[in-house]
Amino acid sequence: MKIAVCIKQVPTREWQPRLNEDKTWVREQDVSYEMNEPDAYALEESLRLREKHGGEVVVCSAGPTRVQQVIREALARGADRAIHVEDAALGAADAYAAAAALAPAMAEEQFDLILTGLQSDDQGHAQFGPVLATRLNVPHSTIIMEVLVDGQSLRVKRELEGGWFQHIAMPLPALLTIQSGINQLRYATLKGIMAAKKKDIKKVATPGAVVSRQKVLALYAPTKSKQTTMIGGSPAEAAKELVKRLREEARVL
Amino acid sequence: MILVVAEQHDGKLNRASLEAIAGAQELLTAAGASAGPITVVVAGNGASRVAGDLAAADVGGVLTAEADGLSDYTPDAWVQAIRQVIDQTSPQYVIFPHTYQTRDYAPALAATIDRALITDVIGVKQVGGAAAFSRPMFQGKLTADVAPVGDAPYLITFQIGAFRADAMKRGASAAAVSQANVTIDAAAIRQKPEAPFQEAKQAVDLSQAERIVAVGRGIKTQENIPIAEKLAKAFGAELAASRPICDNGWLPMERQIGSSGQTVAPKLYVALGISGAIQHLVGMKGARIIVAINKDAEAPIFEVADYGIQGDIFEIAPALVAELEKS
Repeated sequence: MKIAVCIKQVPTREWQPRLNEDKTWVREQDVSYEMNEPDAYALEESLRLREKHGGEVVVCSAGPTRVQQVIREALARGADRAIHVEDAALGAADAYAAAAALAPAMAEEQFDLILTGLQSDDQGHAQFGPVLATRLNVPHSTIIMEVLVDGQSLRVKRELEGGWFQHIAMPLPALLTIQSGINQLRYATLKGIMAAKKKDIKKVATPGAVVSRQKVLALYAPTKSKQTTMIGGSPAEAAKELVKRLREEARVL
Repeated sequence: MILVVAEQHDGKLNRASLEAIAGAQELLTAAGASAGPITVVVAGNGASRVAGDLAAADVGGVLTAEADGLSDYTPDAWVQAIRQVIDQTSPQYVIFPHTYQTRDYAPALAATIDRALITDVIGVKQVGGAAAFSRPMFQGKLTADVAPVGDAPYLITFQIGAFRADAMKRGASAAAVSQANVTIDAAAIRQKPEAPFQEAKQAVDLSQAERIVAVGRGIKTQENIPIAEKLAKAFGAELAASRPICDNGWLPMERQIGSSGQTVAPKLYVALGISGAIQHLVGMKGARIIVAINKDAEAPIFEVADYGIQGDIFEIAPALVAELEKS
């Protein structure tokens, strides 16, 4: 089975954002990056499917030169090769632009199955998967917690809200967006890291100008919905003050 | 006009639909009356049973879309159905509640008609004479005001809880209900859905808990979970968790709070080492009093907290236990 896994490089969780001069984007020079967590689960799922059914796993990523970091990491974890659609303008692009950039190169490959995370930890549009599926004219399903492949058909467990699930069948080729927690992640071994150095990363130019479907007019710290009373002091002092306020002011104890 | 796409399952309205109508009413204020009126469409078998609830809103009309091929939700059928309603009504904006179902098909719909989709919107404002949409970015660390690019209609999803269903303006009299003219090409539906199910009977109904102590990534390892357990016991609270804790199997899935878990509104909610990603906040921001304990002063959880302690949870949790056990 020929499996594609689409991976995005996003700022680390620990990163504290600073804004650029016109306050429409973050200062990219301050950012440290990592693999988007839901995509890491999609990668793990694709490796498990390959172990079960054979075939290959191809990492597909759209972004500036810097995204090679997460491509190498995915190769070190066990993916076979990669396609990198490279363009500096893709760094801040939306899901529409990313799907448009990847679609032609991915269509050429004729993958049986395409996996990606359910959303990105940076822009969080939760659109890329279904948009790419539409562009490639393959069926899709989202927020998937289990993937079963049987010949040319696919049966998946889709997460619904509030603890409900649903099984869905569809033909291959297909695209699935993977929910975090579907599996336990593996990490790269030293052997994997060495092997990744020899694996092929095919660089592809964007098929046309990078056009996003939305424009950020302003970026700012979130407005507080509540007046927060911050309690300081030593742990013991803070604990004493909090309990006092919860008893006497908030009256919830 | 503004088209609001309501959601129902088996004749039961998803409450987020009313929030979406309330948001659309606010959009009408920001975009100007010429953007109106608001029409609500609800698709799927059972749609006519919720039309009355929707018609009570201050809207121009309600459309029901029931047809062969719409008995069970599939993204392929819903893209077909809503696309036809858009073609017939030529809206300026199409508004959805940001549910799992919307997330499943609205991006495909936007791609099919080649229009902008702005998701997870928490507010509407006017910027330079046009409507702009506020949405969280970077795990809620920042908010962006965003404008759609290209031609209308613009597709917008409103985050659950961003607008209040009880703030929805009701009409002086019921709006007219009519049937949308929708036909579905069943052969083009590629997904075959089965009946929804629950994994296990939920042992704990956290929605009934008066107090909840919820633990997040800040707890670091499974071995540290008893620290949170002790704090919950000292507060007389139920123990709950954010998604990553349950993903790791450190606590069972039925103790998960957030969009994929339970939605709670206790008297007291103590968030221990939870950063406050939006998927978690939607499940707990209705709590009366929220306490956030986190080492990161910039964590989004502090934006919804009534009381905050910035510090090391491994020092503060035991100190709180000691304090609570004093009396």
